[in-house]
Amino acid sequence: MAIEVSELTKNFGPATAVDAVSFDIATGSATALLGPNGAGKTTTLAMLLGLMTPTFGHIRVLGADMLRDRYAVLNRMNYASPYIDLPQRLTVRENLVVYGRLYGVRGLKARIHQLAEELELESLINRPYRELSAGQRTRVALAKALINEPELLLLDEPTASLDPDTGDRIRGWLEAYRAQTGATMVLASHNMPEVERLCDRVLMMRGGRIVDDGTPEGLRARYGRRNLEEVFLDVARHG
Amino acid sequence: MADRHGAPRPGTRQGLGESLNRSYAMLLRHVYLLRGSWPRVLELAYWPVMQMILWGFITQFFTGHSEWVAQAAGLLLAAVLLWDVLFRAQLGVTLPFYEELYSRNLGHLFVSPLRPWELIASLLGISTLRTLIGVVPAALLAIPLYHYSIFTMGLPLIVFFVQLLVTGWALGLMISGLVLRFGLGAQSLAWVAIFALAPISGIYYPIEVLPAWLQPLALALPSAHVFEGMRAVLLDEGFHTGHFAAALALNLVYLVLGAALFMRVFALARERGLLLHSGE
Repeated sequence: MAIEVSELTKNFGPATAVDAVSFDIATGSATALLGPNGAGKTTTLAMLLGLMTPTFGHIRVLGADMLRDRYAVLNRMNYASPYIDLPQRLTVRENLVVYGRLYGVRGLKARIHQLAEELELESLINRPYRELSAGQRTRVALAKALINEPELLLLDEPTASLDPDTGDRIRGWLEAYRAQTGATMVLASHNMPEVERLCDRVLMMRGGRIVDDGTPEGLRARYGRRNLEEVFLDVARHG
Repeated sequence: MADRHGAPRPGTRQGLGESLNRSYAMLLRHVYLLRGSWPRVLELAYWPVMQMILWGFITQFFTGHSEWVAQAAGLLLAAVLLWDVLFRAQLGVTLPFYEELYSRNLGHLFVSPLRPWELIASLLGISTLRTLIGVVPAALLAIPLYHYSIFTMGLPLIVFFVQLLVTGWALGLMISGLVLRFGLGAQSLAWVAIFALAPISGIYYPIEVLPAWLQPLALALPSAHVFEGMRAVLLDEGFHTGHFAAALALNLVYLVLGAALFMRVFALARERGLLLHSGE
């Protein structure tokens, strides 16, 4: 298993953001955390990454206890999110050099060259990050997330606010990366076609709990719906 | 899992060399920032130079009107330059830390293998660099402008410089911790907090000038011992080992307190999810 979570709970004062959630994620799989705003998806991702400590529960990622030994595996995983950013005044190359060094990447120059080629960043590589468009920034964030060739890639709304063309390219790169490396992917998304395209499993969350779990096809069949969006609306509105 | 070149994928490397490499990466991040913005570099030197020019004229005036200043014309100039070491060292920690908050970068940093103490080490490194960039031009300019070279102080100058650098680091870590805890609404602490220490640090006057009840408070500050020691050297009283030892011991205490506060707030930030939501 790439991820093993049991009884994971996060309270903020009297509010419970994540409520005794348990799940396993198989190595090499692509899993979506799906649910309405406030369902607990981002909080769950943050705890998987070690950015946030749980109030209660256990998390093992790539075999390491994330509460006690997260530094043993942090260079084997990575993360991208539109809600956190990269240093604005550094160029794309400088950002990738800094993060490559933080992750202890060997052959960093070649890796940056490779990523620039694969993610079509060559023309942007010496431009300051702050001068880039939203789509270009997302590509750079993805390059940062792939800099260490992570075995586990966690993504929070990887194509939020992107135009359809850029979103489609990002999804294509993610598919290609997974096919090439066999990496495990976990993503939180509100984009149902994206989830259906990229993921082989969906964890439906609502009110901090996992309320359903299955393949996109299985969920559609179980709820008697034509697509995942209709399933989402059923879960969000009716539980 | 192996990488594309067939090399094994180890866990996060945990040796000192790897820690230094990560601290160096963070240092590099701030060097890139300075390299990409000459106005920033000039700004670092601007205030120390202006202060030095102002106090140079004040010194020239007092040299003819004050017997005490006349004993050692460099008293005020050395004091203002060393005060700037303390101030720049503190800003050198807090402002690079603010940069991470402004750019909403903490989340990315702390999903990487970067440990908090490695970030601290990089902040101390960039603080040293920024302090040197800020103060050395002012010290050099004082030579042609006022015929005063602080470098004639010799070895004690290095001691005073390092002691004030460490005091600035300690304050910078405390302020960074508070800003991480309370958000950028508290960022003005970087510019105002240190001036609470200025009157009791005895920068331009001996501690004995202070009211008796305030003197113990002053002597609890490393900076007061440094400036007392500086005056002893400049007034040909020799290097005062008592002030040196007191400043050293106090600096160790304050640096440990500063680092402990920062680490405690970092742990609190993980509890409260602040690393994900920090920023403007």
